[in-house]
Amino acid sequence: MGASYGKLMMWFFLLSDAFTFSGLLITYGLVRSSHPAFEGLVESFTFSTEYWPIPEKVFDAIPFYHGGMSLPLVFVGIMTFILIMSSVTMVLAVEAGHRMDRKAVEKWMLWTILGGFAFLGCQAWEWNHFIHGAFSGDAVAEGTTFFGANLRQNQYGPQVFADFFFFITGFHGFHVFSGVMFNFLIYYNTVTGVYERRGHYEMVEKVGLYWHFVDLVWVFVFTFFYLV
Amino acid sequence: MAHHSNEPQVTVLPPDKEKIKKLWTVAAILGAVTAVEFVIAFTMSHGTAKTFLFVILTIVKAGYIVGEFMHLKYEVKVLFWAILIPILFIIWMLVAFVYEGMKMPVFN
Repeated sequence: MGASYGKLMMWFFLLSDAFTFSGLLITYGLVRSSHPAFEGLVESFTFSTEYWPIPEKVFDAIPFYHGGMSLPLVFVGIMTFILIMSSVTMVLAVEAGHRMDRKAVEKWMLWTILGGFAFLGCQAWEWNHFIHGAFSGDAVAEGTTFFGANLRQNQYGPQVFADFFFFITGFHGFHVFSGVMFNFLIYYNTVTGVYERRGHYEMVEKVGLYWHFVDLVWVFVFTFFYLV
Repeated sequence: MAHHSNEPQVTVLPPDKEKIKKLWTVAAILGAVTAVEFVIAFTMSHGTAKTFLFVILTIVKAGYIVGEFMHLKYEVKVLFWAILIPILFIIWMLVAFVYEGMKMPVFN
């Protein structure tokens, strides 16, 4: 097909991975559309197990800020920008690889790895916040005061909402983690001159495809989990 | 003894300014579309029109990532279609499942 065997197989793997993520996100869509939506003004929204929560009311906090102001979706917005930036540094590494510029590949791979770690750190904070809850949440679980969410109780709405959050962002986060590991391997091989001896940097390109795919999935998670 | 006796001679080519500029342009577009989504999220009332707009903008972003960053636009046509056509199954699945979901009673 005009592409090397390795690249072709990476494409087909990514296609199958796209099916897996679609399965998760579409199931989210199915369950969400089977629950009633909140009727009324966004300002008067309160958490309840009776209807699906409005995402911007759930994800409205940022790190190091404990004031009462609600900052909806700001933090996930930052996460999105981090991932887009690390995608750019990845293509720049691929471009440098085409020119056999080892120093530039090293530089851009390091930036990409840094972006990956930054994203993972953000996600760790996001999970921590989701699990422990806000300072003034509406406690709905069985009449007791309960903040945050886990797989058995959920402050924010129907239980499945929390389950989906953990499963979908967790599965994506695991992909990012694997991606960082692959990127590090590529960086290591570049530094030790493996690709220079081989005469081409195609491995950077193949792992790059995977890394962009992780970014692509996040674009969909961002829309369907946080925005809609 | 020469330090690089076992190393092959590599010719490092100069950076392709045009290509790099294009990559940054794509990144700027992705950032701008995300910013637009952000604005829409807080200015438009919830409803079908808003969801539809979000889906369109997401597809635009996906197109740029897959087409430019993943270079699919410039691959051979067979590979291009081998990846794109199976996506139809995902669209079918999406439509079928969300349609079913709307007719399902709430399960709690």
